[in-house]
Amino acid sequence: MNLLTALARLLIFPGILFAIPAAWFFLWVERKSVAMMQGRIGPPFMQPFYDFIKLLGKGTPPRTGIVGGLMRAWPLIAVSTAAGAVGLLPVLPSSGGFQGDLILLLALLEVPSICIIAAGFTSRSIFGEIGSAREAVLSVSYNVVFLLAIISVAASQHTFRLEALAQAPATPLRWVGILAILICLPAKLHLNPFSLPNAEQEIYSGPMVEFAGPELAMWELSHGLEWVAATGLVATLIAPQMAFWGLSALVFVALSFGIVLLLSALAAATARLAIDTTVRFYWQCTIIFAVLAVSSALFMRLRS
Amino acid sequence: MRLWDRLMCYCRKRSPWLFHLNSGSCNGCDIEIVAALAPRYDAEQLGVRIEGSPRHADILCVTGPVTKNAVCAIKTVYGQVCGPKAVVAIGSCPATTNVFIDSRTLDGPLGKHIPVDVFVPGCPPRPDAIIEGVAKAAEILAQRGSKPIEPVLTDEPANAEVQA
Ligand code: SF4
Repeated sequence: MNLLTALARLLIFPGILFAIPAAWFFLWVERKSVAMMQGRIGPPFMQPFYDFIKLLGKGTPPRTGIVGGLMRAWPLIAVSTAAGAVGLLPVLPSSGGFQGDLILLLALLEVPSICIIAAGFTSRSIFGEIGSAREAVLSVSYNVVFLLAIISVAASQHTFRLEALAQAPATPLRWVGILAILICLPAKLHLNPFSLPNAEQEIYSGPMVEFAGPELAMWELSHGLEWVAATGLVATLIAPQMAFWGLSALVFVALSFGIVLLLSALAAATARLAIDTTVRFYWQCTIIFAVLAVSSALFMRLRS
Repeated sequence: MRLWDRLMCYCRKRSPWLFHLNSGSCNGCDIEIVAALAPRYDAEQLGVRIEGSPRHADILCVTGPVTKNAVCAIKTVYGQVCGPKAVVAIGSCPATTNVFIDSRTLDGPLGKHIPVDVFVPGCPPRPDAIIEGVAKAAEILAQRGSKPIEPVLTDEPANAEVQA
């Protein structure tokens, strides 16, 4: 029974069967809301699906040897880890079985961006290498804040278990942590103020420059799955606990959708920042916020 | 299998990704391409997206009368687009070299170097004409994709590596 529920979570909800359509839906919401904010009509509802299928049918440039193998492997690793991260989200009240904890979830969430960095260097294109270097700098900057925020949330609840974190009541301290996580999400998802690793105009879409066809389709899918996982993480932290599982699933989807709208609006309203501004933003402005959250969480813990 | 082919054909038609290549254009046509994507014409309704890398693109949009310097770049970029692919020549310049005809810096028109599928005439063409040209190219692309043989017509092998 335990194995069955764990499998159902990984394969059906919130796992693969839910996550892949949700990934396409979120990619569409992102493009559509940017279009609407610019006064355009935007792409049709099925557009990410069309793009995915079309990319599957395209050819790839001939590559042999270890480079070819790695170029095929990176997107697959990124997709599978992102799907695993979505599968771990504690949306439904579980009945035992493998649950995983926050540390595993964070590790899985981090793998796609490591794959992107590696992919850019593997492609041996100068633009890919610049993009990877930017991604590496960006990830070092936002991850400090992101991890501190997560630690503050976990410390205020005295646990790293996802289940317990999702069920705990939302304290003011937790809101500070959630806000800090939200500030990091645009950088994690390469959205507009912090979209410099994959800047189309300056470095020909960065680490992705040499990928084509099915490999690119996998990158698009992993980007969508990252959307689902990252917004889902925040949604589970915000969502109030429901007695009925259908209701909690519904609240989860609605909250994720709201966060996607918020982030897309931010992306449409801002322009790309330079790398030094971005690094300064995270290291100087936001880190104070995160340190505050963590220290107050620890202080509360000492007092109690 | 037939169902998959039909789905693929439909998706190719609905998702043309462009790569814009300037082969010495006066910038008039390039501005019109941007206008085709801007709010008034909004080509994204057809799934059109301008891509940063030729590897991601399906349709190569070439503007300009093809200067001698650009020939090598055009062949390289054409080789970098993965099949199935189509080429749209935007403006009168790539079709006929237009007002620059007889210039000694030119090696046009575009048809001499790569196979062109759709010509969009005009100096510059209107954005709606560009969108129509791209839509036609997407149809050609969908037909071409269902055939087993790829049209590779360049005589020299294209340089597949990105030149930094
Ligand atoms: S067709 Fe006209 S507008 Fe376009 S590049 Fe040539 S001269 Fe310029």
